[in-house]
Amino acid sequence: MPPAQVNEGLATLSDQLILVTVLLYLAAMIAYALELAFGRARTAVAPAKSRRLVAVGAGAGSSAPAESAEEDASSATPVPPAGWALKAGAAAVVVSWLGWATNLGGILTRGIAVDRWPWGNMYEFVVALCFASVTVFLVLLTRQPIRFLGAFVTVAAALGLGFAVLFLHVQAGPVMPALNSYWIAIHVTAAVIAGGLFLVSGVSAVLYLVRNDGRLSVLPSKEQLDRIAHRAIVIGFPIWTFAVIAGALWADRAWGRYWGWDPKEVWSFITWIAYAAYLHARATAGWRGKAAMIVSLVAFGCLLFNLVGVNIFFSGLHSYADVPK
Amino acid sequence: MTKKNDTTEATGATEEREARPVGLGVVGWLRWGWRTLTSMRTALILLFLFALGSVPGSIYPQRSVDPGRVAQYFQNSPTEAKWLDRFWMFDVFTSPWFAAIYLLLFLSLAGCVFPRAVAHFKELRRKPPAAPRNLHRLPQNAAFDGDLTVEEAAARLRRDRFRVVTGPDWVAAEKGYLRETGNLLFHVSLLALLFAVGAGALFGYRGNVLVVEGEGFSNTVAAYDRFMPGQQVSAESLQPFSFTVKDFQATYIASGEKRGQPLDYSATLSVQDTPTSRPRDVELKVNEPLDVNGTLTYLLGHGYAPTFKVVDGKGNTAFEGPVPCLAGDQMTYTSECVIKAPDAQPDQLGFLIRFLPTTVPNGKAWVSIFPGAANPTVQIFPFSGDLGLKSGQPQSVYQLDTKSLKPLGKMSADPTPLNVGDTKELADGAGSIQFTGVKEWISLQTAYDPGRLPALIAAALAVIGLVLSLTVQRRRVWVRVKGRQVTVGGLTRTEGGGAGFAEEFAEILTKLRGAAPAEPSGHSQPEDRSEDASASDREPVSPSTRSSEE
Repeated sequence: MPPAQVNEGLATLSDQLILVTVLLYLAAMIAYALELAFGRARTAVAPAKSRRLVAVGAGAGSSAPAESAEEDASSATPVPPAGWALKAGAAAVVVSWLGWATNLGGILTRGIAVDRWPWGNMYEFVVALCFASVTVFLVLLTRQPIRFLGAFVTVAAALGLGFAVLFLHVQAGPVMPALNSYWIAIHVTAAVIAGGLFLVSGVSAVLYLVRNDGRLSVLPSKEQLDRIAHRAIVIGFPIWTFAVIAGALWADRAWGRYWGWDPKEVWSFITWIAYAAYLHARATAGWRGKAAMIVSLVAFGCLLFNLVGVNIFFSGLHSYADVPK
Repeated sequence: MTKKNDTTEATGATEEREARPVGLGVVGWLRWGWRTLTSMRTALILLFLFALGSVPGSIYPQRSVDPGRVAQYFQNSPTEAKWLDRFWMFDVFTSPWFAAIYLLLFLSLAGCVFPRAVAHFKELRRKPPAAPRNLHRLPQNAAFDGDLTVEEAAARLRRDRFRVVTGPDWVAAEKGYLRETGNLLFHVSLLALLFAVGAGALFGYRGNVLVVEGEGFSNTVAAYDRFMPGQQVSAESLQPFSFTVKDFQATYIASGEKRGQPLDYSATLSVQDTPTSRPRDVELKVNEPLDVNGTLTYLLGHGYAPTFKVVDGKGNTAFEGPVPCLAGDQMTYTSECVIKAPDAQPDQLGFLIRFLPTTVPNGKAWVSIFPGAANPTVQIFPFSGDLGLKSGQPQSVYQLDTKSLKPLGKMSADPTPLNVGDTKELADGAGSIQFTGVKEWISLQTAYDPGRLPALIAAALAVIGLVLSLTVQRRRVWVRVKGRQVTVGGLTRTEGGGAGFAEEFAEILTKLRGAAPAEPSGHSQPEDRSEDASASDREPVSPSTRSSEE
C-alpha cells in the first residue's frame, strides 16, 4: 500500500524546476533560431551535411581522408556562416542540456516526493513526454548533425510543459489503486519513450513538407529530413508496439481482459495502424516522399489525440488520468 | 511490412492488368481480383479503413464495454440511436462491416506473406551470387595489396557470420537473411494473434457478480448477475470453484486537497478450488486477481450495503438483510438503494434509501463528506401500495417504481438520518424499519480466456519479428584476388541503409586486411579515388551510399 504522506518541500521544488525548465527550453529555442536565421544556408542540390556525415563515417575506418570531407562541406557553403551564429548554436545546445537536467530533476523530485513512479496522471505524463522528446533529440545530436531540429523540438517541449503547468497541474499525491502496479513502470515508460521518438519524427516531417527543394534554405535537404523522420519511427514503432502489448498485459491483470476496446485502447490501436501504414507507404512505389510523410503526420496526430485528447473527451477505464476540471 | 521490391513490381503488373480486365473470363477475373487484393496499395487502403473503422468505437458507447450507457443513449435520443444501431455503431468491433475489413486485410496479408515465405525459403537455400567483374563499381569498394588468399578471405568472412561461396579467384558473401525472416515472422504472428483472439472469444467466458461481505459465490452460470459466454462454452465447462467474501477494506486519503481519493482496496476471500478441497484464504486486490486453474477473478468495484430489518403492520418480519447501494459520487460515496418488501401485510412496502458514509449536518440538510464509513447514517423514504412485481415486467433491484405507491407520512427532501441501531416507526401503523448495520459489497469479474497465452506468444513473436525486420540489413560483400592485388566490393540490398553499411564495410575491410602483412596504407588510395570518381560518372548511386570523396 502506498503511503499517503507527500513530501511537500520536494513537491514544490519539483514544480519550480519544471518552471525553470520551460524558461531554459525557451532560451534554447531562441538561440537555435538565431543560428538558423543567421547561419549558413544550404542548397538542396548539394546536401552538404549528409555527405559529410557519411564521409566521416567511412573515413574513420577506411582509407578516406577526413580533411577532404571538411573541404567539401565548406566548398558547398555559398555564404560563410557568421561566427556568432555558430556560437549561438553551441550555446543553445548547452542551454538545452541544462533544461534537460532541470526537467529530469523535476521528474525525480516529484517521484521521490510521492514515493512512486512519477507518471501517474496527465500532468506528470506530459512532463515526462516533453523530457523524452528532448532526450531523443539530444541523444541523436551527439551522433548526427541535426542541430537545425533544436528550435522546433525545444519549442514543442516548452509549449507542452507550459500547457501541462497551466492546465493540467495537480497537487502531488498518491495514485488510484488501479495504477498502483509495477506495470506503470513498463507500460507508461515505453509509451513515453515512443512518444518522444514520434515527436522528433513529427517535427522532421513538418519541416520536410515546409522545405522547398531547389531553393537556398537553412534547413537540410528533404532526403535528410526524410531519413531522420524514418529513423525515429523505425526505432519508435517497435517500442510503441511493446507499449501497447505491455498495456494489454496490465489490462489482463487489472481489468480481467487483455483487450476490451476502451477508447484509449482504440486510439493506441489506430496510432499503431497509422504508423504501420507509414512504414508500408514508405516502401511502396508512388507513396514514397510527400505522401508517406503526410501519413506519418496523420499517425502523429492520432498519437497526440490518444495521449491527450482521449483523456479529455472520452470517459473510459483510462479516465483516471486526473485532469483538473 | 515491406513488400518492397518484388511487390512494387507486382503492383506495376497489377496496374497494367487493371487497365483492361474485360474479357478475361472467370479465371482471369479471379486472378485479377486476387492480385488486386494482395497488392500493396490495397493493403494500405485496408489498413486505413481498419483504423478509420475503429474511430466510432471510441466515440459511441459500446455494448460490450458499457451497456448501461448504450441504454442511456437510446433513452436520450431514440431516433438517432435507432439509426446508429442500424449501422452497428454500438457494436463496432463485432459488426459485419468491421469483420469485412479485417478479414479482407488478413486475407490480403496471407496472400502476400505465404508466396513470400516460399520465395524466402528458396532464397535461404540458394548460394550468394558470384562476384561481378568490376567490384569498384559497387557502392562500397576498396582495393589493397596483400597476401590474402581466397580461402583466408572466405574464412574471415565466415567468422563474421557471412554465408560464403568461393570461386577460383573470388569470394561471394551474403548476410542479413534475418531481415526477411523477421518480416515474415511479424506478419505470420499477426495472423496467429487474430486466431488466438478468435479462439479466446469462442471458448472463453466472462461474468460479473456482486457479492456482499459474509456472502458467498460459486462459479455456476446461475450465480452470475451477467454472464457472457463464448459460443463453444457449456455450463458444465465452468471451473467448479467457490468462495466466501470474509472482509473488504478500502482506504482513502484522509486530508488535504486530494481527500477522499482511494488509496487501496483489499478483499479477503476464503476460496475452495473444488467442492471437496480445503478452503484457503486469498487477498484480492485491484492488480492482483484470484487464479483458479486459469479462471481469473478480478476485483472491479465496491460499495456499501447497509443492513435493515423491516417489520410490517402485523408484526411479522417482512425483510431482513443487506441492501447493496450504488454510489453516485465517488468522492463522498453518497449512495442510493431500494428495499422491496413484497410480503409485507396489509400492504406491500417499498423504501428509497440514501446512505451517507460520513454524515455531517449542512444547514438543514445532511451530507456525506468522505467515502469512508466514519459516521454512517441512512435517510429513509417509505412507501406502501403495489410494488408492481406481479405484472411480470422485469424490474431493476436498484429502482422503485413509485407509480402505484403512496408515500407513508409526510415526505421531506431531507428526513432526519438514522444511526446504526435506530428504528423508524412508519406512519399509519404500517410497521417499522431498523437500520441494523453496515456491510460492504464488492463487484467481481470472472474471466476465462484460453486464447490469452497464445495471444501473448504471438504478440511477443511479432515484436521480435518487427525488430529484426527493421534493424537487420541484407548485405553482400565480394572479394577478388588477383596475384597480390585484392579488390573488395559491397552493397546493401536494403534501401536507405547505406550509412550504417559504410561503417561496417570499413570494419570488414580492416579485418580482411589484417590477414595481409602490413602495407603502406596510402598506396592504394590515389588509384581507388580516381576509379571511384569515374565509376560515379557512369553509374548514378544515391549520394548517401557512396563511400567517399568526390
